[in-house]
Amino acid sequence: MATDPLQKTTSPAAATDAPADLVRFDRVVKRFGDHVVLDRLDFSVQRGEHVTLIGPSGSGKTTILRLLMTLERVSDGVIWVNGEPLSHMRGADGNLKPANEKHLREVRRKIGMVFQQFNLFPNMKVLQNITEAPVNVLGLGREEAEERARELLDLVGLSDKVDAHPSQLSGGQQQRVAIARALAMRPEILLLDEVTSALDPELVAGVLDLLREIAHTTDITMLVVTHEMNFARDISDQVLMFDSGRIIESGSPEKIFSDPEQDRTREFLSAVL
Amino acid sequence: MNYDWDWGAVRDSLPLLWDGFLTTLLATVLGTLVAAVLGLLVAMAGRVPTRLVTVPVRAVTEFVRSTPLLVQLVGAYAFFNTVKPLTIGIAVLGIHYAAYLSEVYRAGIDAVPKGQWEACRALSLSPRRTWQAVVLPQAVRNVLPALGNYAISMFKETPFLAVITVTEMVAQAREYGADHFTYAETFTLAGLIFLAASYPTSLLMRKLEQRLGH
Repeated sequence: MATDPLQKTTSPAAATDAPADLVRFDRVVKRFGDHVVLDRLDFSVQRGEHVTLIGPSGSGKTTILRLLMTLERVSDGVIWVNGEPLSHMRGADGNLKPANEKHLREVRRKIGMVFQQFNLFPNMKVLQNITEAPVNVLGLGREEAEERARELLDLVGLSDKVDAHPSQLSGGQQQRVAIARALAMRPEILLLDEVTSALDPELVAGVLDLLREIAHTTDITMLVVTHEMNFARDISDQVLMFDSGRIIESGSPEKIFSDPEQDRTREFLSAVL
Repeated sequence: MNYDWDWGAVRDSLPLLWDGFLTTLLATVLGTLVAAVLGLLVAMAGRVPTRLVTVPVRAVTEFVRSTPLLVQLVGAYAFFNTVKPLTIGIAVLGIHYAAYLSEVYRAGIDAVPKGQWEACRALSLSPRRTWQAVVLPQAVRNVLPALGNYAISMFKETPFLAVITVTEMVAQAREYGADHFTYAETFTLAGLIFLAASYPTSLLMRKLEQRLGH
């Protein structure tokens, strides 16, 4: 890819877009062996936007979040965050080359993720789960980190569980702690990967209500993979419909859910709604 | 059977056996410490993504596991003839068991779910902090029962140290038995002391295991 040596932070590709793009996928390909999961994917997310990715299982939605979290590497193409390459870094000659671990460690700091399986640390109490990264990554003092953690536990409605171990909590409570843990890093971008799929049905609503509140009261940019279509309708600014590693349709939730253009989308929605 | 059991020999040999027992205990405790630390380092070295490290480490552990402890003891004793026999014994026991424990640790580390590593990455924890705060505490908890079993097994193999002149408990029993021709008494006594030490330890390990269970 050609680059302008005078402008360190802006590539010609990024410069052609509005600077409001916080995340941009530029012809991103992800292959696992011969299997193409994402096929030359282009899309962008603006700062503060809430984007929901919907589509059948195996259509590549979760892979997008995992690429953004740098849990996977792109096979081809470039991911940009805030005008900087995420999947790549600039070599001495100004050209892009695949990112090394050090680059990834720096760029992924702005991004937080909540997982389907919570992934709380079972060897730590709830409070430590939340303060671990702020203390050891952001360098916050222990007191400040604990204060922040207590505020977040208050937000997620678990003030009384500060000293509990994750194994003593219900799935819904664990997921709330995981949300608090991700927020404690003050991410610019929050990735939610099917966060209610592993929960018992009666616990789903509480977690979704919490996420609605976060979506409506903060300016965090969100990328959400979910099968909860009502939730998607409530929080999304943009909905992307995936099928076989491609976006087959995108638009406002009103448009996608009420008047989709593609038969495939209609078919999918009638199956899940 | 009309063996004339000699209670006097039991009484007289007890202080000697006790001395030997302390040596046995020292060798076991220090040997276990060496094995626990070295085994962990070997297991971690096995995960370094370069063959420059993994191949030699693999070769050494295979060698240690494929040769008898007795041969290793005598070999080390002959080779390092200026080092104190007990020191050699502790080192050889430690290295021998480290080779086995490294596999136990490897399994324990592999048993830490992939999601834990991913959560660490998502929180930008450094590799060092990932190991120290998340992976190792969980891995060690996974392997603690096996660690205890190996410690007890090492305890029962300390009599091999007698061949390199360490006077642990069984060596003391044989010496006293030979002098007074009371093998039955002294060896029975040594066996009972082993039992008295091993059994409560294994019960203790089981308790610990239950308490640490998630």
